[in-house]
Amino acid sequence: MAGLIMILISAMFFPGMILRTKSIASGRKGPGIFQPLRDAGVLVRKGSVFSTTTGLITQIAPVISLASVICAALVVPFGHQEALIHFEGDFIFFAYILALGRFFMIIAALDTGSAFEGMGASREAFFSMLIEPAFFILMATFSMFTGLVSFSDIFSHFFITGNHYVLIFSIIGFYLFIQTALIENSRLPVDDPKTHLELTMIHEVMILDYSGLDKALIHITTWLKFAVYGSLMYNVIVPAGWNIFLQIGLFIAVQALFAIIVGFLESFRARNKMNKNPKFILTISAIALIAFAVILILNLNLNP
Amino acid sequence: MIHSLCYSNIFILLRAQFKIGDYPAMNIALFFIVLILSFALFLVPKILKHSTALFVLAAGILITTGWSFEVLLGRSGELRLETVVPLIGKTVTLVVDSLSAFFILVVNITLLVGLIYASGYLKPYYQSKNALRFSIHYFSYLWLYFSMVLVLITRDGLSFLIVWEIMALSSFMLVIFDAEDTSIMKTGISYLIQMHVGMFFLMFAFLILEHETGEMSFDALGGYFRDHSNLLLFILFFIGFGIKAGFIPLHTWLPQAHPAAPSHVSGVMSGVMIKMGIYGIMRVLLFVSHDLMQIGILILIVSLVSGLLGVMMAIVQHDLKRLLAYHSIENIGIIGIGIGLGVIGLATGNNALSILGFSGGLLHVLNHSLFKSLLFFSAGSVYTSIHTRNIEKMGGLMKRMPYTSVLFLIGSLAICGLPPFNGFISEYIIYLGMFRDLPVTGMHQSILVLGSIVGLSLIGGLAVFCFTKAFGIAFLGEPRSQHSSSAVEVGKVMIFPQLFSVALIILIGVASPWFVRPVFEIVSSGFGIEGMSGVAESTIPGLSKISLISGVFIMLVLALSLYRQFHLKSVKVSRGPTWGCGYTAPDPKQQYTSTSFAYNYNHLAKPVIGTKKMMPEIMEEEIFPEERSFSSASDDVFQKVIIDKPAFLVSSLLKKIAVMQTGKVQHYILYAFIFMLIVLLLTWLNII
Repeated sequence: MAGLIMILISAMFFPGMILRTKSIASGRKGPGIFQPLRDAGVLVRKGSVFSTTTGLITQIAPVISLASVICAALVVPFGHQEALIHFEGDFIFFAYILALGRFFMIIAALDTGSAFEGMGASREAFFSMLIEPAFFILMATFSMFTGLVSFSDIFSHFFITGNHYVLIFSIIGFYLFIQTALIENSRLPVDDPKTHLELTMIHEVMILDYSGLDKALIHITTWLKFAVYGSLMYNVIVPAGWNIFLQIGLFIAVQALFAIIVGFLESFRARNKMNKNPKFILTISAIALIAFAVILILNLNLNP
Repeated sequence: MIHSLCYSNIFILLRAQFKIGDYPAMNIALFFIVLILSFALFLVPKILKHSTALFVLAAGILITTGWSFEVLLGRSGELRLETVVPLIGKTVTLVVDSLSAFFILVVNITLLVGLIYASGYLKPYYQSKNALRFSIHYFSYLWLYFSMVLVLITRDGLSFLIVWEIMALSSFMLVIFDAEDTSIMKTGISYLIQMHVGMFFLMFAFLILEHETGEMSFDALGGYFRDHSNLLLFILFFIGFGIKAGFIPLHTWLPQAHPAAPSHVSGVMSGVMIKMGIYGIMRVLLFVSHDLMQIGILILIVSLVSGLLGVMMAIVQHDLKRLLAYHSIENIGIIGIGIGLGVIGLATGNNALSILGFSGGLLHVLNHSLFKSLLFFSAGSVYTSIHTRNIEKMGGLMKRMPYTSVLFLIGSLAICGLPPFNGFISEYIIYLGMFRDLPVTGMHQSILVLGSIVGLSLIGGLAVFCFTKAFGIAFLGEPRSQHSSSAVEVGKVMIFPQLFSVALIILIGVASPWFVRPVFEIVSSGFGIEGMSGVAESTIPGLSKISLISGVFIMLVLALSLYRQFHLKSVKVSRGPTWGCGYTAPDPKQQYTSTSFAYNYNHLAKPVIGTKKMMPEIMEEEIFPEERSFSSASDDVFQKVIIDKPAFLVSSLLKKIAVMQTGKVQHYILYAFIFMLIVLLLTWLNII
């Protein structure tokens, strides 16, 4: 329960943190931390325009996407506090329910019949397909490391396995979760949310025809997704046994750190060339594979 | 509450309802009466043919379902039906064990749905085809059903080969329903030939068995495998059954036969007939006792390759039914991954991996039969309505055929393995087996298991890519051609049976413990694996949680949708054209096509799928380029190397020999004379 509440709270601040970081990094005064929330409020109050080409799919996609991310958040634990719903293999569910949301966003883009949105849909489908193995290799590494097969069990035992190399996996996990989150949420270096040209967008171009409440829901979905991944990062980097107040503090720190990293990346890094992206994404899987190889060799040395 | 749900599973409920005594003899007699009844199809008038076929099928289903429940609910675990085959006078024992019973239920569901759907699908052909054609079609359909049931319960080798052959012949007759089209006839013959190649492998395997043990029956396999090398005979069986199942590289008949056949037939063939190959492999595996590791690795690698290449080739297809056919190969791969892991579990004594692997594979057999037949049926509805299978000519069907579109969408979500649908459950069980195995196993096996995890996750991602393309391009956007702009929804008789499949798809998705526990029981009793209850204790709670979270998901979607509807009433909602980036004269042709959707992917997957572009180059001196066309196509590399090339070599060799065939009587007399001279010469030399 605590995990879910923490995710919901941090999701509210997350986009503002990114925005502040970017403003400060580029030397602007910039909007306040609550600006994205206010923007969402404006969107909710506004009316909606639907394309005449669209139908049912456009209407239900934002709702399904949001529901899928909330359900994914339900299986993410917070330190020793087990997730609201946890079971063996819950991370498989996590990956597949997120894929369900993505499936609907992709077909919603195709529902408009726009060439731009088709382009974005194709890229989103392609890149998210390529990142899928990285997540599963990482989870395989973790379950081999701890001998357990659910988010809650893995993270509560992560630092008490007696394995001295835990920090390696902790850092690799942190790094890979950042990269996965960036690709899942279509941020730099794979996609630039602030680009002005439809031809170079991925996620933004898919939602061109959304307005009003639906667009607000899509934004909220993105924030939640960030916070969910931030929470996973927190879980691999902070031992579960620590004092609860310290944990809450550290949770906020990790989420803030994540937002600042995203902000800095977007301030100082250029977007990849579109045809370089597959290589970039596959590299992440390769790093996950290296982590797996390390744990394999370690296990072999520990119990030959 | 959830825990109590899983214990009161459907079978315990049914156990109280069904009280079936011993009636094997009467039972088998009834089944033979049904077989004979099928001939009545030739006697009834054209208008009654469908109802007659439905009646006979329903009778058959009633009897065989009775057998299945008797076995699955009864304590004995097996039903023996002894019968004397008429005309031959040989006594044959038909055995229904839990594995056969499971497959019989799968066959029954799809065949029934398919036949009801057929009455709508065949309506347009009612005028153009005569009564005999309809009789033959329905007769073949019924005999495809009978032969599949008999395949599942026949243990004697010779009888098995005979019913296996009836299955191939009846499905061949079904494929060539539209035989006026020469390309369909050609495809049908190619299908028949490839089925017989498989048949030869099976025959060869059975002959080896008879030579070594003196008995030609599945039951003799146990004895053979105890004393001989297992790998070789298993490979023979695997090739024979694998051709039917469609493992790559034995799959070449699938992408041809499925588009050629009428849609209810494709649904049945892809949904259940190819599973007979899986059944055969599992039946043989029941007896294998040595070389388990090699066999497991073989199945696993072939399945991974099938799964990955199947979906990779599916993405570049433009023919909707061909795309679905390649997806059958992918799903056979997923089933095979489960079976392969199960065998590896047997080899290493890891019972949990065995049970989860085999159960995941077996459950996926049921799941695939449901969603794949649903997809073929709804694709058939589209074909009935717009008379083309080319995705590039579709578009905008969601508005014109809303029910069919939603049915196809549900099938797509299920086949991608997304929750809360049934495909997720079987893939979850296979994943769970792998993840649980990882920490407890050695280095080589971990690498294998990790490879399977990566393979399965990539298959999932690629399937999402493929079905967002298929659904998005075919059903959404604006119509891309005259065909789809004039589409109308098909009749209720075609929609209604598909709802039955949908209900089961969702039921298995949200109430999985009811279905998984019986599958665990079938696997553990069939393969004699210990520790079933332990695996069930640790897995069923997880499945209940999945049910719970699926419920939460559905409630969330409903609540959010209601809020959204309520909210939209309070603000101004208007409609306008799609954002065109300032361009004001959009045309449906400017929409993303299926080729352009797969462009990125094509770039990466080129070595595997070999897409070719056909367009004339623009020369440097061509200042004002003329109108030109562009097309791209990809062919199946395996088809080329395994079928086309050898066939070409043989036919070119035979053509050279055909020089002798001049058509002149004088030459033929000369050949006869030369032949006699040679015989004389050889006799004189005492050679013959």
